[in-house]
Amino acid sequence: MHDHDNDHDHGSDLDEMTARVRALETILTRKGLVDPAAVDAIIDTYQNKVGPRNGAAVVARAWTDPAFADHLRRDATAAIAQMGFTGRQGEHMQALFNSADTHHMVVCTLCSCYPWTVLGVPPVWYKSPAYRSRAVREPRAVLADFGVTLPAGQAVKVWDSTAELRYLVIPQRPAGTEGWDADRLAALVTRDSMIGTGLALSAEPQP
Amino acid sequence: MNGPHDLGGAMGFGAINPEKNEPVFHAEWEGRALGVTLAAGALGAWSIDESRHARECLPWPIYLGTSYYEIWIRALESLLLRHGFITGTELNSGTAEPGAAHPRQLTADRVASALARGGPCDRAITAEPAFAMGDRVRLQNRHPQGHTRIPGYARGKRGRVIAVHGGFVLPDSSAHGGGDAPERLYTVEFDGNELWGPQAEPGTRVTIDAWESYLDRA
Repeated sequence: MHDHDNDHDHGSDLDEMTARVRALETILTRKGLVDPAAVDAIIDTYQNKVGPRNGAAVVARAWTDPAFADHLRRDATAAIAQMGFTGRQGEHMQALFNSADTHHMVVCTLCSCYPWTVLGVPPVWYKSPAYRSRAVREPRAVLADFGVTLPAGQAVKVWDSTAELRYLVIPQRPAGTEGWDADRLAALVTRDSMIGTGLALSAEPQP
Repeated sequence: MNGPHDLGGAMGFGAINPEKNEPVFHAEWEGRALGVTLAAGALGAWSIDESRHARECLPWPIYLGTSYYEIWIRALESLLLRHGFITGTELNSGTAEPGAAHPRQLTADRVASALARGGPCDRAITAEPAFAMGDRVRLQNRHPQGHTRIPGYARGKRGRVIAVHGGFVLPDSSAHGGGDAPERLYTVEFDGNELWGPQAEPGTRVTIDAWESYLDRA
């Protein structure tokens, strides 16, 4: 199934995989094991409903609601459930609060564990051998690949998701956002800032 | 197992190259692969640990040279074959005789509730924790043939307990049909120097989550 003609570019893999996945889904559907409409619903969930906007809402609320932030520190799963985000790959949540002293960064060196309920399905780079191999050994060099340079005095702590705990980084609130409400703040919270490979956006408009 | 998945600390994979405005799926088949994998998992025949092990058992060139959804599909094929849901003949022909709906088939109307429920892996245990916050521990130096969540780069290394959690399904058991065998979970923090020696970036710390039987007092 995976014989390659030398003159084929990478696009031929996609065609092979289209055929391979379609064949498997056909077999499973005919045998009554899988409902294709359920597959459609799963795709729709992660394409359109569950993504990093969930996490951004959690972060923005943590920035504006001290009681919620405290709940998030003590029982992240319950605090996040309170906002309606529960379920698959978010069953056991932990929140990591960045500070001037410590920057947190999350990886799964052994597979691709990721907090789906708040961030959706992971980007390709998060699952890549490059990120998984380097994040634990040279996190500052990894951050440089993302254009991030931390102050020398800010320590980096890398969390390798080796069990079923799923980590959400709470980035530092950007300066100059005093008085902003949670909705306005949420627009500054990027996916990467919640993985720890980025920072929240600046309050200043980007040039 | 010392498989292709155990990537922490490896060198030679180059720069990370994050994609700007990355789509959720890069091709239609990736979405189908995700959906079929989750729907088949809902049949309940294997644990998340067994599915992870099926992926890490793929040949190194496949694991390291293909996209993650291709890894998922290849592993799913092996799980379906192993558990007798499909035959090699069906897989090769790409079709099968029609059959009645499986009693555990995930129907479209139950997707939202199934995803919102997820698959919690915490389990009640009665044993008192063997370790406490701040205890010095050493991750065991083990090289099992089967599944484990001990990452190679931290084997034999000394760290300290920074969080004591409850009981969780033990992957080393669950991946091989051995049942949940729940054990207490700990978060253990390592200094960069302990893991990487003089090449460590200054001030770096790394944590892993480790089951009680992975740890010895140090």
